[in-house]
Amino acid sequence: MSKMLQLPLRSRQQWASIALQAALVVVIGGLAYGAFINAADNLAKAHIASGFRFWDNTAGFDISQTLIGYSPSTSTFGRAFWVGLLNTLLVASLGIVLATALGFTIGIARLSRNWLVARLAGGYVELIRNVPLLLQILFWYNAVLKSLPDLHSSISISGGAFLNNRGLFLPRPEFADKFDYVAAALVFGIVATLAVRIWARRRQERTGQPPRTLSFAFGLIVVLPLLVFFAAGAPLSFSFPEVGRFNIRGGTEILPEFAALLVALTIYTAAFIAEVVRAGILAVSQGQTEAAQALGLRSGSTLRLVVVPQAMRVIVPPLTSQYLNLIKNSSLAVAIGYPDLVQVFAGSVLNITGQAVEVIAITMAVYLFLSLVTSLLMNLYGRTVGIVER
Amino acid sequence: MTNPSSGTDGEKTGWAVEISALNKWYGDFHVLRDINLTVARGERIVICGPSGGGKSTMLRCINRLEDWQRGRVVVDGKDLTDDPKQILAVRRDVGMVFQQFNLFPHLTVLENCTLAPIWVRHMPKKDAEELAMRFLRRVRIPEQAQKYPVRLSGGQQQRVAIARALCMSPNIMLFDEPTSALDPEMVKEVLDTMVELAGDGITMLVVTHEMGFARQVADRIIFMAEGQIVEINEPKAFFEHPQHERTRLFLQQILH
Ligand SMILES: Nc1ncnc2c1ncn2[C@@H]1O[C@H](COP(=O)(O)OP(=O)(O)OP(=O)(O)O)[C@@H](O)[C@H]1O
Ligand SMILES: [Mg+2]
Repeated sequence: MSKMLQLPLRSRQQWASIALQAALVVVIGGLAYGAFINAADNLAKAHIASGFRFWDNTAGFDISQTLIGYSPSTSTFGRAFWVGLLNTLLVASLGIVLATALGFTIGIARLSRNWLVARLAGGYVELIRNVPLLLQILFWYNAVLKSLPDLHSSISISGGAFLNNRGLFLPRPEFADKFDYVAAALVFGIVATLAVRIWARRRQERTGQPPRTLSFAFGLIVVLPLLVFFAAGAPLSFSFPEVGRFNIRGGTEILPEFAALLVALTIYTAAFIAEVVRAGILAVSQGQTEAAQALGLRSGSTLRLVVVPQAMRVIVPPLTSQYLNLIKNSSLAVAIGYPDLVQVFAGSVLNITGQAVEVIAITMAVYLFLSLVTSLLMNLYGRTVGIVER
Repeated sequence: MTNPSSGTDGEKTGWAVEISALNKWYGDFHVLRDINLTVARGERIVICGPSGGGKSTMLRCINRLEDWQRGRVVVDGKDLTDDPKQILAVRRDVGMVFQQFNLFPHLTVLENCTLAPIWVRHMPKKDAEELAMRFLRRVRIPEQAQKYPVRLSGGQQQRVAIARALCMSPNIMLFDEPTSALDPEMVKEVLDTMVELAGDGITMLVVTHEMGFARQVADRIIFMAEGQIVEINEPKAFFEHPQHERTRLFLQQILH
């Protein structure tokens, strides 16, 4: 409260920038939608062949990975758009999570006092960020995944999975109805953990007792759902893949196109994130650590309360732009035929319908929208780590 | 007399700081050569000497910001070994003020002061804030409590750093050239604060070239050069009859 009063200008500027981005997201989304509906509407009324008419026509082409129901003979081009968009979102969001984890690990490893660890991390960064991403995608796809053994000599992995040049075949979990209880317990556990954290913070303010919520979190998020799982009679079974004569039946399949793209995006972006993280940590002077230690803070508290908050302020803005790069780079999917938005929509749909202007405009609007949403979320996160606070 | 924790350690006999046969090397470079020093409780020591003489290094051994290869350092009766518990225990009772202030830029002045009381002493926030405000009033900047350190002048920042250290109720305060990074017009406000502190009977070890301060406050002055304690004496004798040629030369340079 009093902090806000002391920093009216900064806070106002920051809220203004967030509000502006939110407004931009809404306006662009609205405009795109409005234009689309309007144009389709007007043209339909005037019985002119609409630029967006194709949206409801039957697509007629197959897509190799569909997260929502899709059939070539009945689904529309519009449906194909959503399939492609979801595939883009899947690879991009998984890529962001994995690249962040790997990037932070390597960035920290590069600062390790262990010579070998630091050198390996440094070598990784130099090698990966100096080879074009497209080449890396082709490498993972053609040189690694496509050179795996064929169907008949599939590598079988313990736990009932198979790996061959058609992809990775995993057991598919099949949830019985009672599994809902487990899911509910998990949601409850997460909410309760957040509540416990808030309560522990309050208690610390009141009594000084430091918040130790890790064991609570473990109990609520891991143990509780497990107990419910067994109490409900383990309502989960697996359908195992079986190698047949011409294909693999049952289970669930991870396409080599998806795997190659995900691996390449993760490894490539992680190299850049590692550099961002390293720079962020180096930006916090040794004096900060010394001052915290001289006050008697443990090294864990020193990191958590002094080093990380300052490093994050340096890390978050360039991290955001790495996320944006990853989202946009996922469109290189087209090179190996992973059915992302560009491949499905700006590729197949465009070719079949010939509506180049409309299709490209929609595709561009989608990427713009995704980028703006990402920036907005990262700005909100940046606020919590006090990016512009001084 | 207002040193809050002097009561708890009052009955302990012995020295505030005991350094014996301390030797430290940076690679081949012998930074500290056979340092022996005992500091009594409540004693105020000023350390001076040419740049690179090892003053900071010695001071930083007292709260184990530096480690060493040979010798022993005992602070408040606690032997500083590799045992992290022991190191933390010493650091909690030894305050340090740095030449570059080292305030936490992401925290307000008040939060800078309450961080350690809350996370190390497990104080309720309200109590920690009251304590912090008390010391901020003592260094005469209570009105800056809600500001971020960058908004403050150098002299104000250094006074916050002193208040931050005092919030942990230290028995011993270490100062490493606390006024060297300050513009001349701000040196006095910081020195005044330190003089006041000296009046409270807290044990102080101060690396400084402010000889006026040394004359006024110090019980003993140490002259260090090339990793050794060359001379150690009471202020009057130190300034008027330096025993060693090196000390004489140094005093000539610094006083004229
Ligand atoms: N991390 C280090 N690695 C190698 N040498 C170091 C390191 N830290 C300090 N030294 C060297 O040790 C010597 C003593 O340094 P120290 O900082 O203790 O001197 P000082 O008396 O405080 O000097 P100043 O008045 O310049 O602060 C110097 O020669 C310095 O170069
Ligand atoms: Mg020094």
